[in-house]
Amino acid sequence: MNTIWALAGVVIKELYRRKDFYVLFVLTALITIATGMVNFFHDPKIVRYVKDICMLLIWVSALLIAIITTARQIPAERESRTIFPLLAKPVTRWQVILGKFLGCWLATGIALIVFYLFFAVITGSREQHWPWLGYLQAIWLQWAMLAVVVALSLLGSIVSAAPSSTTTICFIAVTGILLVGGHLDTVALHQTQPLQTLFYTIYFLIPHLEWFDIRDRVVYDWGLVDWLDCVLATLYAAAYTGLFLLLTWFGFRRKSLNT
Amino acid sequence: MKASPYLILALLLTLCFTLATGIEPRASVWSQHAKSNNVFGILFGDGRRMFANEFFTMADVYFHSGYYPSIFDQREEGPKEIVAESHGHTDSPDDELKEDFLGKPKDWIDRFGRHFRITQHTHLEHSHEREILPWLRLAADMDPQMIQTYTVGAYFMCQHLHQPQEAEAFLREGLRNNPGNYEILFGLGRIYGQNYHDTKRARNLWQLALVSFMKQTPEQQKENKIGFDEITVNLADLERDAGNYADAINWFQAAQKVSPAPDALQQQIDELRVKMAAPTNTPATPPH
Repeated sequence: MNTIWALAGVVIKELYRRKDFYVLFVLTALITIATGMVNFFHDPKIVRYVKDICMLLIWVSALLIAIITTARQIPAERESRTIFPLLAKPVTRWQVILGKFLGCWLATGIALIVFYLFFAVITGSREQHWPWLGYLQAIWLQWAMLAVVVALSLLGSIVSAAPSSTTTICFIAVTGILLVGGHLDTVALHQTQPLQTLFYTIYFLIPHLEWFDIRDRVVYDWGLVDWLDCVLATLYAAAYTGLFLLLTWFGFRRKSLNT
Repeated sequence: MKASPYLILALLLTLCFTLATGIEPRASVWSQHAKSNNVFGILFGDGRRMFANEFFTMADVYFHSGYYPSIFDQREEGPKEIVAESHGHTDSPDDELKEDFLGKPKDWIDRFGRHFRITQHTHLEHSHEREILPWLRLAADMDPQMIQTYTVGAYFMCQHLHQPQEAEAFLREGLRNNPGNYEILFGLGRIYGQNYHDTKRARNLWQLALVSFMKQTPEQQKENKIGFDEITVNLADLERDAGNYADAINWFQAAQKVSPAPDALQQQIDELRVKMAAPTNTPATPPH
């Protein structure tokens, strides 16, 4: 387990050494503050549009950080040939996969905490109330969803050699699931065979990441999701994460590491 | 510690955007061109009108606190609820049923997913209606000829937020962009009548609104008969409150021609006739 933690630690250090997180955070902060400064009908109590925009930026930034950080891990190790001394330690390939996953997941978790703290400060200063439990649920569910995304990106980085193509494909896939994944059953109803079966198959196979998006509940002050539902959703995310990590390991253990 | 040129470029673009939001109001003073247009007009040209409807829909989404059908959901076509509310419409149980676009869960994924979604049909209340205003402001900036934006915004500012001055300023902006529009004139009359209690100005504005309404083609008049109904009923109410019963009866009779509830109006006419027949109960007629 120490080996896995050591590998994860390296990935976390990489997060604060690289500029990606800082730039995305500054962009989010600047856009949120700029939109928050706009005066609509001299009413300083209007706040939901600021929450809405800030939450959207947090989701986009977190997705970018998770996918970009993960997609370059193994290709970068192979390109710089540091993968050989790493595996000679001895560290098994399964440990490399787990360590990289854990590092990327924890790194996105740290980034999420910073983003949500900023969100709480900005919105709390205007609304004068801080629904911390609601924020905690939102962070937890988003982080659970990012575990699936990180595992999927890791799998993508094994299949595709170039981090850019992995990043693009993963971003399109995740965005597609978030936007239309939950509606594929409705779309399937209006299709003829064999398209109907195809849509239903995709609908039941894909991880339903849209469940974890409770931005509307936070923005419109709808209160908490039942904690049991949170636990079930977390188990659902854990199952898909495990599946993708297993597939990554299957691919990685037989992969030739020569570039 | 090598920064990607794309990230630096993105950072610089954001800085430019941020600075632009601060500089734009000052720049409008420097530039003669900006006086006749807003920042969206300069940036997008006529293309901005495409976004106006989206922003207006966002106002309706906010009014429902996020309970809103996506493009995939089945929903009966009709006017947006913020528009219906601005015309005094309240939801009946039948309307509530129509609004249940989710229906029964189709499968376990749909059922479980609803635990995280907003599944209750509500409307903003207790002054939270203010949250729709930014989207209406943006819609008005994007398409200054979209009348509903001004009338809906003014209605909510007056009736729910008690900001008649802001509402009047918004309607006057709409009137500058759409000279002589009867809906905006009617909205202004409502502010003068109900909020400022300035009967004379309210009467003038509603009569002007009626003249403007009658300038439309017969097809347009038939299409917008709810506008005629609102103007005439409000004029009738105003004359009744002022003690001008004969005028009030005339306006009620005019409203009866298009009203969905002519019997209720007939009842009011009958009551006024009874009052006219009893001179001791008639209040003094205020000056016109």
